[in-house]
Amino acid sequence: MSLKSLLEAGKFVVTAEVGPLKGTDTTEIKEVAELLRGRVDAANVTDQQSSVMRLGSLATCHLLKESGLEPVLQMTCRDRNRLALQSDLLSAYALGIENVLALTGDLPSLGDHPQAKPVFDLDSVQLLWVIKRLNEGYDMVGNELKGKPNFLPGAVVNPGADAGAAFELQLIKMEKKIMAGARFFQTQAVYDPDAFAKFMKRVAGFGIPILAGIIPLRSVGMARFMNKNVAGIFVPEELINKMAEAEDKAATGIEIAANIIKELKDICHGVHIMAIGWEKKVPDVLDAAGL
Amino acid sequence: MITITEQKPLEEVRQYLDRCKGVYIIGCGTCTTMQHTGGKSEVLEMKDKLEAAGKKVTGWMVIPTACDELTREALAENAKDIEAADCILVMACAFGVQTVNFHIDKSVYPALNTLFVGKEKGPTDFTEICIQCGECVIGQYAGICPMTWCAKELLNGPCGGSKNGKCEQKPEHDCAWILIYERLKKLGRLDELKEFAPPKDYSKMKRPRTLKVSPL
Repeated sequence: MSLKSLLEAGKFVVTAEVGPLKGTDTTEIKEVAELLRGRVDAANVTDQQSSVMRLGSLATCHLLKESGLEPVLQMTCRDRNRLALQSDLLSAYALGIENVLALTGDLPSLGDHPQAKPVFDLDSVQLLWVIKRLNEGYDMVGNELKGKPNFLPGAVVNPGADAGAAFELQLIKMEKKIMAGARFFQTQAVYDPDAFAKFMKRVAGFGIPILAGIIPLRSVGMARFMNKNVAGIFVPEELINKMAEAEDKAATGIEIAANIIKELKDICHGVHIMAIGWEKKVPDVLDAAGL
Repeated sequence: MITITEQKPLEEVRQYLDRCKGVYIIGCGTCTTMQHTGGKSEVLEMKDKLEAAGKKVTGWMVIPTACDELTREALAENAKDIEAADCILVMACAFGVQTVNFHIDKSVYPALNTLFVGKEKGPTDFTEICIQCGECVIGQYAGICPMTWCAKELLNGPCGGSKNGKCEQKPEHDCAWILIYERLKKLGRLDELKEFAPPKDYSKMKRPRTLKVSPL
């Protein structure tokens, strides 16, 4: 079943993230596709994540599809203006890619080409609106399309934003994304299921499927780095201690991720596993979570 | 409102002047004097440095406001020393450099980088206030400009990178969206944040921008 049908049927959905590498060697992508096929419902392909230049999302989505894995095209507004974004969306659909995750994108200044000119011609809400217009058969200025796509547009939300203004702004933006056409959400990584449950209560009225983000921990350093540098990620001290005491860090990281998934299973509509270089461990996480 | 500048590295200035035998230096009595990037003392400092590097400085002056039309008269008054030079080094913002360039048939080089149009928060603290997008939107954002203050120029709310109320690009910089939220809240206008902001019309920023108005 397609991601769209699964979400519409209210099934618990599992997606994973695939990050292309820098270069034209696609061996690993094919290996990962082989491992994930049949285990996840769809795989997101990142769009030059962290503003580090790599193989593109569109080409990688096509390779995943050829390998029998349903892709979700991640599309950021960082590098392309409205002409290029719309054209790439049409190109993606012509290649049979039906899911798009609309993102603003990271700042180029934080990546490996900090001298790059940032584009941000559109923002993520406007990009969702553009996808909706394309689905209706028109480009964003109202010209009719010859052959229209039928995308499933998705968006992201950060449930761990700082309490107060930052959190309220996340909710306001989430509502705007839904109004602009988002049909599902994937979230920033969740490590505190209780805090996430509170978020789910706040957004229950939106009536939209939400896939909780999962990043398996690999080390204490990784957890501390994310706590210090990544907005909205908070790994509780208890989990950091568990990693510190563990003899087999990999097994413990997988076990923690699986336990979080088990706790989330009844409070959201799916999980999105972002393994960040550890894609081959995703089946182990799913096994441990009983999925 | 002033034009914010910084001095170029001396090496870059020296490369410009490589082929010049004599150089005339012009400073500006307004913005660059205030910021100590091109006032009298910086002009004299530059003169010493260039002379130490073996350049002949034929003269110097600080024009009260290098970007205005009196610059032409100031250049005429100092024509003799300027004539003795084969290039002009201008320690003013880009407006001043271009005004000098317009009035003189010699090579004109900038000694400063023009960074932005901004205001003074304190004697050592300057902040950009407007990127001149040509389609002012601050009415929707409680007077705080997301085109200037948000690193991604977002119009529909913050990205996910806001942490402790600060921007991930510059951790000392307040997230524009937190400022907008707090101010709209204070004004009882938070509901306006839910309105969809359509894509901006960047054709208003087509360069070079010119404007002709009807005479009064």
